[in-house]
Amino acid sequence: MAMATSTTNRQKVEAGLSRRRRKELVFRYTGLLATTVGILFLGVFFVDLFGKGASAFRQTYISLDVELSEAVIAPGGEPDFAFADFDGLVRDALRKLFPEVTERSQRRELYRLLSVGAAYQVRDLVEQDPALLGTTQTLWVPASANVDMLIKRSEGEPVEDDSGQLSVAQVYWVGQLQQQELLKKGWNTALFTNGDSREPELAGIRGALMGSFYMLLVTVVIAFPTGVAAAVYLEEFAPRSRISDIIEVNINNLAAVPSIVFGLLGLAVFINWASLPRSAPLVGGLVLSLLTLPVIIIASRAAIKSVPPSIRDAASSLGASRMQVVFHHVMPLALPGMLTGTIIGMSRALGESAPLLMIGMVAFIVDVPAGLTDPATALPVQIYLWADSPERAFAERTSAAIIVLLGFLLLMNLAAVIIRKRMQRNW
Amino acid sequence: MENTTLILTVCLLGVAGFYLGRSRSLSVVGGFAAARNLHSLPGYYGYFTAIWCLLPALAVLTLWFVLEPRVVMALLVDSLPQAQQDLPPGQLNLLLNNVRNFAAGSAIGGETNQVLTDAAAVYLQLQARSRLLLTGLVLACAVLGGVIAWRRIHPEFRARNRVEGIVMLLLVAASSIAIFTTIGIVLSVLFEAVRFFGEVPISDFLFGTNWSPQTAIRADQVGSSGSFGAIPLFTGTLLITGIAMLVAVPVGLMTAIYLAEYSSRGVREIAKPLLELLAGIPTVVYGFFAALTIAPWVRRTGESLGFEVASESALAAGLVMGIMIIPLVSSLADDAIKAVPGSMRDGALGLGSTRSEAMTKVILPAALPGIVGGILLAVSRAIGETMIVVMAAGLAANLTANPFAAVTTVTVQIVTLLVGDQEFDSAKTLAAFALGLILFIVTLILNMAGLRVVRKYREQYE
Repeated sequence: MAMATSTTNRQKVEAGLSRRRRKELVFRYTGLLATTVGILFLGVFFVDLFGKGASAFRQTYISLDVELSEAVIAPGGEPDFAFADFDGLVRDALRKLFPEVTERSQRRELYRLLSVGAAYQVRDLVEQDPALLGTTQTLWVPASANVDMLIKRSEGEPVEDDSGQLSVAQVYWVGQLQQQELLKKGWNTALFTNGDSREPELAGIRGALMGSFYMLLVTVVIAFPTGVAAAVYLEEFAPRSRISDIIEVNINNLAAVPSIVFGLLGLAVFINWASLPRSAPLVGGLVLSLLTLPVIIIASRAAIKSVPPSIRDAASSLGASRMQVVFHHVMPLALPGMLTGTIIGMSRALGESAPLLMIGMVAFIVDVPAGLTDPATALPVQIYLWADSPERAFAERTSAAIIVLLGFLLLMNLAAVIIRKRMQRNW
Repeated sequence: MENTTLILTVCLLGVAGFYLGRSRSLSVVGGFAAARNLHSLPGYYGYFTAIWCLLPALAVLTLWFVLEPRVVMALLVDSLPQAQQDLPPGQLNLLLNNVRNFAAGSAIGGETNQVLTDAAAVYLQLQARSRLLLTGLVLACAVLGGVIAWRRIHPEFRARNRVEGIVMLLLVAASSIAIFTTIGIVLSVLFEAVRFFGEVPISDFLFGTNWSPQTAIRADQVGSSGSFGAIPLFTGTLLITGIAMLVAVPVGLMTAIYLAEYSSRGVREIAKPLLELLAGIPTVVYGFFAALTIAPWVRRTGESLGFEVASESALAAGLVMGIMIIPLVSSLADDAIKAVPGSMRDGALGLGSTRSEAMTKVILPAALPGIVGGILLAVSRAIGETMIVVMAAGLAANLTANPFAAVTTVTVQIVTLLVGDQEFDSAKTLAAFALGLILFIVTLILNMAGLRVVRKYREQYE
C-alpha cells in the first residue's frame, strides 16, 4: 500500500514537472524582459537625445565681405558703438551678393537669412580693433535659425525646403550661397558664450551655467559643513533620547519630501518673509542646501558608522577627549564617504528645477549673472524654458543643453566613484 | 565697507586672534619648553581667542541683515510726507519700491516728483549711515571679543573645555536645522493655507469638483468659491500615479528578482549601474523626453488603434514617470529580497521547489512588508513629482479616469499658480499653498508609513 502511494506521488510530481519547468522559464524570461525594459529605455533615450541635440553644437555661418565704413560707424570722428548702423553694413554686404534683388519686400526677405547676431559680431570686431575702420573684412557671420535648420536638414545635398519656414526665394538664395561656397557649418560658440535669447541662433547656456554654478557654491558652502556637523553630533554625541529619535525620523522624512514643497518654503520664508531678491542664486542656493542637507547627513552618518570602534578606543585610551577622538581620528577616516555623499547631493541639486520655479528663477534673463544676487536661472530651468519654445531650433538647443547637463552630472558622479575607490578603506 | 570685504576682514581678525592667543598662552608660561604647564594645548587658546573674535561679529552681521531692511524702511516711511504715509499698504509698497529703484539709479515706471527724489535722498543717506554703523559695530565686536578672550588666557584657564563646549553647541545647532526646516515647511504652508481657507471654505476645496482658479480674480465674483474644488486635481494625480505604478511596480520588482536570483555576476554588474543611471537623470530631462518624444508616439499609436488621444495625455506622463521610478522600486525590492535569510530559500529548494516557486511562495511572502514599504515610498515620489507632469501633462482640470485624456495634477497647479508675477495674497496664490499642504501631508504619511515598514521589516531578520 505504501509502495502504491509513493508511486502515485511520484507520478503526480512527474506529471506536473513539465508544467512547473515551463512556469519557471516564463518567470525567468519575464524577469529578463523587465530588466531590459529599463535599459532599453535608457538606450532609446540616449539615441533620441544625441540624434536631436548633436547638431546644435554646430551652426551655419555665411561669408560676407563687410565694408567697415567710417562714415557709418564713426560719423562724428569717434566710433559710435551704441547707435551706429552695423545692421546696415551687414545688409549692404549681403545685398552685394544678390544685386538682382531690388524690390523692398524682397530685400527684407533677403535680410532675414542673417541672424541679428551678425551686426553684433561686426560691432564687437570694430570695438576690439578700431584700426579695422575703413577696411573691408571677410567675415563668417551667423545665419538665421531657419537657414541653419534648412542646411542641417539637407545634410550637404542641394537645399530643398519642406517645412514652410522659408519662402521660395529665400531657399533659392540659400542654394546660391551654397553653390558659391559662401556657407559653412562651424562650431556653435554662441551656445557656450551667450545668455538666453529670443533668437535661437543667439541663445546660449552660459547664463544658466553661471547661475547653476553660483547656486551650487552657496549650497556646498552651507550644506557640507552643516550636514557633516549634524551627522557627527547625531552619530557620536547625541544621547539616545526621544529628541534624537525625532531628529532621526525627521531627517529621513525630509529626504523624501517632494522638492516642490521646499520651493514653497523658500517662497514663503526667504522671499516673502526675509525679503531676499527673487530669481537670485543666493535664494536658490539656500533652498537647494535645505534640500540636499538630509542626503549629506544620511551619507555622512553612514561614513562615520563605518569607522571601526577600535580607532575610537585607541585614541581615547591615549587620553584624547571625545571631541579630539572625533575630529582628529574619526573624521579624517570618514571624510571620503562624506565627500562622496556631498558630491551626490550636489549632483541632485544640479538637476533640480521644481523648487527653483517657485522662487522666480524662470524669468527670461539675457545677462550672464555676475554675483549671488543678480537675477539668474539654472541649467535645468533653462532646459524647461527652451522646451516650451515652439521654434524647432530651440528643440535642438534644448537637447544640447541636456547633453551638457548630463555631462556635468556624469563628471560629478565619476568624481564620487573615484573618491570612493581611491580613498576608502575596507576595515 | 562692502559685505564681502567686511566678512573677509572679520575672518582675517579671527586668524590673527588665533595666533595672538596661541603665542600669549606660550608666553604666560614662559616659552614652548614649558608648554606642559598649560592646562590645554596652546592651539586651544588660539581657537578660543579666534572664536570670540568671530562669533559675536558674525552674530551682529546676521542680525543686521535680517533687521536692517525693515528698520530702514520704517525710517523711510516716517520721513515721507503725511499724505504718502496714509496711502493704502499696496500703494505705499509701490512707492517704496520706486524709491529704491530710483535710488539705485535704474529707470522706473511713472514720472519722478519731488516726494520721490526727496525720499530717495533720505533712503541713500539712511543706507550710507547703516553701512557705516554696521562696519563699525562688527569690527568693534570682533576686536573687543578677541581682546577679552585674549586677556583671560592664563595657565590654569581650561581653554580646551571651552572650545569643545562651543563646538558642541554648533554641532547641536547644525542638527537642529533639520527640525527647523520641517517646522518652517509646516508653518509657511499652513499659515498661507489657513488664510486661503478663510476665503474658500475647506469643504468646498476638498470636495468640490470644479477647478478653475483663473475665474476667481475678483473676490466678489459669483461662483468664485466654487472654482477651487480640488477633486479633479486629486483624481488626475491618482490617475497619473496609478499609471506610473502599473509600469514601475511589476518592472521594478521583476528586475530585482531577476538580478537577485537569476542573472550572472557579469550581467548584474552592468545592469545595476545602468539602472542607477536611470535614477540619476534629472526630472526635467524626463519631462522633455515625455513631452517631445513619448507623447507624440503615444498619440500616434493610440490614434492608429482608433482611440482619441489628447496631445498631453495622462498616459504619456504616467509612462515616463513609471520608468523614472523603476530604479527606486527595484533597489528597495532588492533590499527586501536580500534581507530574507538564505536558509529559507535553501530550504524551499531542498524540498524540491523550482527557483520561481521558491521566490513566489517563500521569499516574496517573507519580503512582502519590505516591498510594500518600498511601494509606498515610490507612490509618494510619484505624487510629489513635478517636472514631468508640468511638461507633459495638461493644465485643464478634467474629472476623468480615461488615460488618453489630458488631466492635471496637484503639483502642476502649484507651479502654474505661483509662476509669474502674482499678487501674493490673492486667493489664487494662496490656493497653491493649500495644495502644497495637502501634498505635504499625504507624502508625509506615505513616507512615515513606508520608512517604518521598511525599517521594522529589516530588523525582523537581523
